[in-house]
Amino acid sequence: MVTIDDYGDYETAWCPGCGNFSILKAVKQALVARELKPHEVLFVSGIGQAAKAPHYLNAHLFNGLHGRSLPVATGVKLANPGLTVIVESGDGCNYGEGGNHFLAAIRRNIDVTLIVHNNQVYGLTKGQASPTTAEGFVTKAQPEGVASASFNPITVAVAMQAGFVARGFAGMIDHLSELIQQGIVHRGLALIDVLQPCVSFNKVNTFAWYKERCEPVGPTYDPTDWEASMKVAGQWGDEIPIGIIYRNDRLPFEEHFSVLSQGPLVGREVDQAILKEIMERYG
Amino acid sequence: MNILIGGEAGQGLVTVGQLLAKSLVRSGYFIVVTQSYQSRIRGGHNTFVIRVRTDEVSTPQESVDLLVAFNEDTVALHRGKLTPAGLIVIDGASDVKGDCILKVPFKDLAQGRFSNIAALGIVGSLLGLDIGLMTEVLDNFFGKKKPEIAKENRGVIEASVRWVAGQATSVLQLPEIPNAVQRLMMNGNECIALGALSAGLRFCSFYPMTPSTSIVLNLAGWAKQMGLIVEQAEDEIAAINMAIGASFAGAPSMVTTSGGGFALMGEGVSLAAMTETPIVIVIAQRPGPATGLPTRTEQGDLDFVLHSGHGEFPRAIFAPGTVEECFYLTRRAFSLAERYQCPIFLLTDQFLADSYRSVMPLDIKSSPPLRVSSEVVVESLPYKRFAITENGVSPRLLPGISEHLIVADSDEHTEDGHITEDLSVRTLMVKKRLRKGKWIDSDVIPPDMQGEKKPDLLLVSWGSSKGAVKEAASRLRTEGKRVATLHFSQVWPLMPEQFMRKFEEARQVVCIESNATGQMARLIRRETGFQIENKVLRYDGLPLTPESILRELTH
Repeated sequence: MVTIDDYGDYETAWCPGCGNFSILKAVKQALVARELKPHEVLFVSGIGQAAKAPHYLNAHLFNGLHGRSLPVATGVKLANPGLTVIVESGDGCNYGEGGNHFLAAIRRNIDVTLIVHNNQVYGLTKGQASPTTAEGFVTKAQPEGVASASFNPITVAVAMQAGFVARGFAGMIDHLSELIQQGIVHRGLALIDVLQPCVSFNKVNTFAWYKERCEPVGPTYDPTDWEASMKVAGQWGDEIPIGIIYRNDRLPFEEHFSVLSQGPLVGREVDQAILKEIMERYG
Repeated sequence: MNILIGGEAGQGLVTVGQLLAKSLVRSGYFIVVTQSYQSRIRGGHNTFVIRVRTDEVSTPQESVDLLVAFNEDTVALHRGKLTPAGLIVIDGASDVKGDCILKVPFKDLAQGRFSNIAALGIVGSLLGLDIGLMTEVLDNFFGKKKPEIAKENRGVIEASVRWVAGQATSVLQLPEIPNAVQRLMMNGNECIALGALSAGLRFCSFYPMTPSTSIVLNLAGWAKQMGLIVEQAEDEIAAINMAIGASFAGAPSMVTTSGGGFALMGEGVSLAAMTETPIVIVIAQRPGPATGLPTRTEQGDLDFVLHSGHGEFPRAIFAPGTVEECFYLTRRAFSLAERYQCPIFLLTDQFLADSYRSVMPLDIKSSPPLRVSSEVVVESLPYKRFAITENGVSPRLLPGISEHLIVADSDEHTEDGHITEDLSVRTLMVKKRLRKGKWIDSDVIPPDMQGEKKPDLLLVSWGSSKGAVKEAASRLRTEGKRVATLHFSQVWPLMPEQFMRKFEEARQVVCIESNATGQMARLIRRETGFQIENKVLRYDGLPLTPESILRELTH
């Protein structure tokens, strides 16, 4: 029996009132609900305030470079597919610095749960625009307003037919926790983009702003209908749909590798007979 | 004997070259192959040069004895290098004029099969190779799937041999080798692949980049049987981060690239150092800056590899001097990476990567086998991945193997791996990581010293130029000069006590490198204070040869 206490309770480096606290709580709840023990779960994170989240619970952790969590997670999962691998980092990390890896991870469909804390701003470096910042949003680094259009990760992921695409809101912890659970259960890449207020640097997309707009998709919504999903994915404004936007049952990446049917790549002996055969081919 | 096969890309000259080289190795000869090609798929001018000897050889030569021309440009470009007794072999339809030309009716001899099979038959029989042996090499190459094709190939070889027998050109016959010893034909990249497999490689990620790519091509074909994963990443940044992830989870990992791709890996190198994750990084050099000469050779990235990765951390850099060393040093790189939990580099170049040689069967039994993790000791809970130890190496456990939690961070971290800004911990961690460097220092391969004890001339070299420098020295000795060579196959760390006396005892020291600024000479000065005034530097994209070295030394 796994309890929330197994995942610990630690002091954080976050601002009071930060959306990260709710996401951390939702993550712990999801792990407990899935009855996963800390040593069965490996987090990979990048750089930013969101990337610190896995330091504040008990599990394996590789806190790597800015933007590079998905490649590390891919390597981990291929080496030991038995681990539940979760990437947790921010919008700048995953959609900006790591944009190419985001696209490649969707194509691979590696069985990793990708939780993106999306506060539409760079918090740790004090308020510059992120890829998801709205066009025109004024920051100290973009005093005339952001000149680029914002990146919609949900639209991109659905367009690429990612295995599992969901959007959550940090202000709805139980709903978010349910999404994370579903993401963990899903075999393949599961994107959970989490809308999250930044109390220090985003005075537009506040808790109240999101609360007014976030609306769970209804029970009749069919996330396996790709064309319908594309429409919902693009919705942003007065009403922002949250929940599982799209899913399919593509084969997970690691199942393409027959060597993994014999278990993890860890602790295997070198097959001397085959090695000798290989060498003799050069004769 | 030096055989140059030249023509356009796409004409199959590499196939003929490989088949001929293999026939020569199977006949018991020693070879050194130099491949020179352009960065294109069709057209242009490429060469495949095989130097053949009855005794051991480890460097190319410049003069040509047999020029096999797939087009007339090849004759125009290389005729000047032909020795007085040399011969040009070219298609009968060619207009090329002059002495010593053998015009061959390739099309007739090929009888509808590929002309290059006839070329193999012609050249092979000019050299006096056995028909049965050549057809066996062909069968191995094309596979024995279709017996009628094997029969046709044999017919082409026999017709070619008969045709040669009707010509008056037997001067090129190689001396026969009785009781030929069975050797392998391997190039540098193949030896790196085999070395990695024998070391226990389980994960290799890469982004294709000449001249490194054939390492992974050699691995990929065996991945299933040998139980490893080879993954083509979206870019080099992903490649090194994937390998770090796989290694963190316990799979011995490697990345392969060239200078430009390695530039993208820099931050990953630093990450491996900070998280103390073992990784082997192979860099096959080509001339830079930027895209440079993509398919040519240079030793221009020593400084770069030495300094790549921000921050201070220990590393080791191997630079194989022969294809055999590619095998053994790759294995050593894996063993060091796991032992010291840090990035270990293997620095080769296009010349060595593509240079086929005849090598004795390699000692593939790795002893002791690679040790990836420490024993799990349950009493020592909670486990501290970065426990401060005397030699700097912390006992390493793997995630998912026991109930211990493994935490690593690119930020400065406490012993249990969690992010910290406690500056006293910072100091302790820096010292811990650097202590591993002291241990690496005690395990450095000394440079190879050959020749007179107190020489008039000491030739210093590193990496792939080993054979060229050795042969240049031996030619100087036959002229009565007192010459010695000092060759580095490990270029970092440098341990001055291993070689300083050699420098001081020599009347003159010359550093020989394939770069424009003498990077090794500079490194030696930085580490020892000893200034090597004289240098032989080649940076036109071609490998150092004994001739090119002697020209510079004597002018």
